[in-house]
Amino acid sequence: MTRVVLLVLALLAFGPATSLAGVRDQLVIGLSSFPTQFHPDVNPEAVKSYIEGFALRPVTAFDVSWHNTCLMCAVRPTLENGLVKLETTVSGAPGMAVTVKLKQGLFWGDGVPVTSADLAFTAKVGRDPDSGFANTRTWGKVIGVEIVDDLTAAVHLDSVSAYYDQIPHLLSEHIEGPVYAASQTPGDYVKRSIYNTAPTTPGLWNGPYMPTVIDTGSTVVLEPNPYWTGTKPGFRRIVFKTVDNTAALLANLQAGDVDMTPGEGMGLSIDQVIALEKQAPDRFNFIWKPALTYDHIDVQLDNPILADVRVRRALLHAIDRKAMTQRLFDGKLPIADTWVSPLEANYEPNVAHYPYDPAKARALLAEAGWTPGPDGVCRNAAGVRLSLEFRVTSGVKMRELMQQVIQSQWKAVCVETQLHNDPPRLLFGEVLKKRSFTGLVLYSWLFNVESSPRQILGSDQIPRAETNWSGTNYTDWHNAAVDAGIETIETELDPVKRKAAWSAVQRAYAEELPVLPLFFRVEGHTIPKWLKGYVPTGHNDYAVYWAENWRAE
Amino acid sequence: MTAFILSRTWQAALVLLVMSFVIYSLIGLMPGDPLDIMIASNPGATPEVVARLRAIYGLDQPILYRYAHWLLAAMQGDLGFSRTHSQPVLVVLIPALWTTCKLMLLSFVVSVALSMVLGIWAALKPGGVVDGVVSLFAFAGISVPVFWLALMMILLFAVKLHLLPASGLSDVGNESFGDYARHLVMPVVTLALSSIGGFTRFVRASMIETLRMDHIRTARAKGNAEGRVVLIHGLRNAMIPVVTVIALSFGSLFSGALVTETMFAQPGMGKMIFDSILSNDFNLALSGLLFATIVTLFSNLLADLAYGWLDPRIKL
Repeated sequence: MTRVVLLVLALLAFGPATSLAGVRDQLVIGLSSFPTQFHPDVNPEAVKSYIEGFALRPVTAFDVSWHNTCLMCAVRPTLENGLVKLETTVSGAPGMAVTVKLKQGLFWGDGVPVTSADLAFTAKVGRDPDSGFANTRTWGKVIGVEIVDDLTAAVHLDSVSAYYDQIPHLLSEHIEGPVYAASQTPGDYVKRSIYNTAPTTPGLWNGPYMPTVIDTGSTVVLEPNPYWTGTKPGFRRIVFKTVDNTAALLANLQAGDVDMTPGEGMGLSIDQVIALEKQAPDRFNFIWKPALTYDHIDVQLDNPILADVRVRRALLHAIDRKAMTQRLFDGKLPIADTWVSPLEANYEPNVAHYPYDPAKARALLAEAGWTPGPDGVCRNAAGVRLSLEFRVTSGVKMRELMQQVIQSQWKAVCVETQLHNDPPRLLFGEVLKKRSFTGLVLYSWLFNVESSPRQILGSDQIPRAETNWSGTNYTDWHNAAVDAGIETIETELDPVKRKAAWSAVQRAYAEELPVLPLFFRVEGHTIPKWLKGYVPTGHNDYAVYWAENWRAE
Repeated sequence: MTAFILSRTWQAALVLLVMSFVIYSLIGLMPGDPLDIMIASNPGATPEVVARLRAIYGLDQPILYRYAHWLLAAMQGDLGFSRTHSQPVLVVLIPALWTTCKLMLLSFVVSVALSMVLGIWAALKPGGVVDGVVSLFAFAGISVPVFWLALMMILLFAVKLHLLPASGLSDVGNESFGDYARHLVMPVVTLALSSIGGFTRFVRASMIETLRMDHIRTARAKGNAEGRVVLIHGLRNAMIPVVTVIALSFGSLFSGALVTETMFAQPGMGKMIFDSILSNDFNLALSGLLFATIVTLFSNLLADLAYGWLDPRIKL
């Protein structure tokens, strides 16, 4: 027993837990999850994109002002500068050729230059249906890549796309090429990929940092890429430490075991950051950035009660969104009118608004034939109660709290709701997918900047048995004008016409309310006082794309 | 003895086969497939992409076909590929198993050792001050949720006192034994404390009953020292029911380890099994659960063998 006590004392005497806390050439970032694998194009995960953003740069990305900009290209291809040309494909359909000019002086971590061969290779793998790539938005449209020189390639698209200048990261042809060539069966490439078998291989990465140590489930260590020719990275080492439980992650932050937690959804929850800011306002810098995650309530339009637009408008008028954001989120969540964030260039402010107005809600319900019964719940002329099912994912505290607040506010205007909460895989895997919900479902969408609304609003995306329940337009909203607008959004190259289509779709959405808009999320970043140059973007092209500017001062 | 071990091994193999089928079927019955949640948060994934991914991962095949395929490969030593990790299952499983084994074995040793001392001490004078204090401690250990205990430990020893690291396996760049050991102190103590209470109560009850038996009175009458009476004559007899409880509890340490691993960022089996079930990673979930079953079966076999050692009258 004495020996055990002595051993414990000896272990404690090894030094303080935060032995590296005083050294400012290392930044420890606390995360609440760990990537399941490291191939950047397979099994997309926010945490993987975040970590790899330090090490693998996209060709173009949306910057902090939400403008598409070159990270690896010398100049962004446009019609105006002649790098984009309309052409006719072999099949006779209209297509386009996008000339990508890569920057000079870009190298993979093993010193091999980044070239147009990497672009051609990535396009080849990306459009291979057997490669396992999850994102085909860009590469799926490519019908050929013509290499002009080491740094220039013309990418031929099978159709005219307004998204031609959004070009993701490249894979290193000299490392992944032989692996891809050796793959024989569908999915074989992913199993053999060096990103998964040896992810610390320097030649896989072209950013300012690259991974040098990966302890699965626990830690990733990044160190500067010796061949990076841009701004010199400010840290000798970036360490990602995963603590799955956010209460424990918060304790790690307070203990100094981690220096910061990102706000992009893989660190602390919003309520934890709000509480920490109140508790220790001087210890950290807190940065709040409105984001693209859209909290909303999907409406089952097949339900005769909800098919009446007056009922949908009444429901939205009856929710005091301003008070909810004030009381639950310290006023930090911007109220949404549509799925388009006010920070987006395509945002249309002149749409129908639904401020909190319970009197107007009652009037709309009365107009639709719903009058309060003796128990306070509305009934129509046939005696049907105005009673609706209301679902959220179970286990998400703030969302369940929102559900309860909304339930009480609807009750005040004579709408009864029955709460049915499901685990995420049941809600998304069955209830939404097969459209078996009968009333309302509160959840969120995560959009990219300027992403097409086709998947959630297009009538061709309504899940049906005959299409094996594919598509995510769960509300069953079909509107011919909106379908035409989406087509224009995706294919029109004239920015004025495109903007007009964006506006029209937003106006129709706000007018008809197939979905009740609630809030846009906000990112709560908790960073140390000494960290400078950290500028969150609020969208999926994370701040880490500019991590070489981060400094300890 | 050999025949007994062989017989139990065959039984274990049968249990594993049945378990594998049951687990595979139960996972298959869960709603949705692994790609649904991915689609839910990614409206950009087109139906064509989703259908293609389903085909690549074999999710478009009937579950019985998939199980038979897995079983045939497993019998040849190939546990398959983890869909989410894109790695062979064993590559993912072994580091997690090592982390959990460290946690489980250390906490098991600590909890058994401490509960023996406390249980015997309390049993020497039932109803006395020591018994009261030990019982209070034991009930506290049984009642306190592991996650709360873990959080309190972090807040006290890492946030307030800065004595121990809050989480992780080691500090980056420090691979000394001392650093690894410091990172293990809180998880091991937390996991141990969660089982000490129950073990202590069993040891106490069993010892009280044994110390009242005739042969103990005879041993005392023969002039044996009290320490010898308690530890040699009493403890050996008292251990038989205790061994059963401890052996059965060994497997359940996996579930306690899930919370401890999550709170202290120790990437072990508990967390791996939990994540793989949530993400419908059939091969990984199945292999993880089967390993947990093997551990339980093996600990029960050891318990049976221990009976024979503790009481030679028991024939195996």
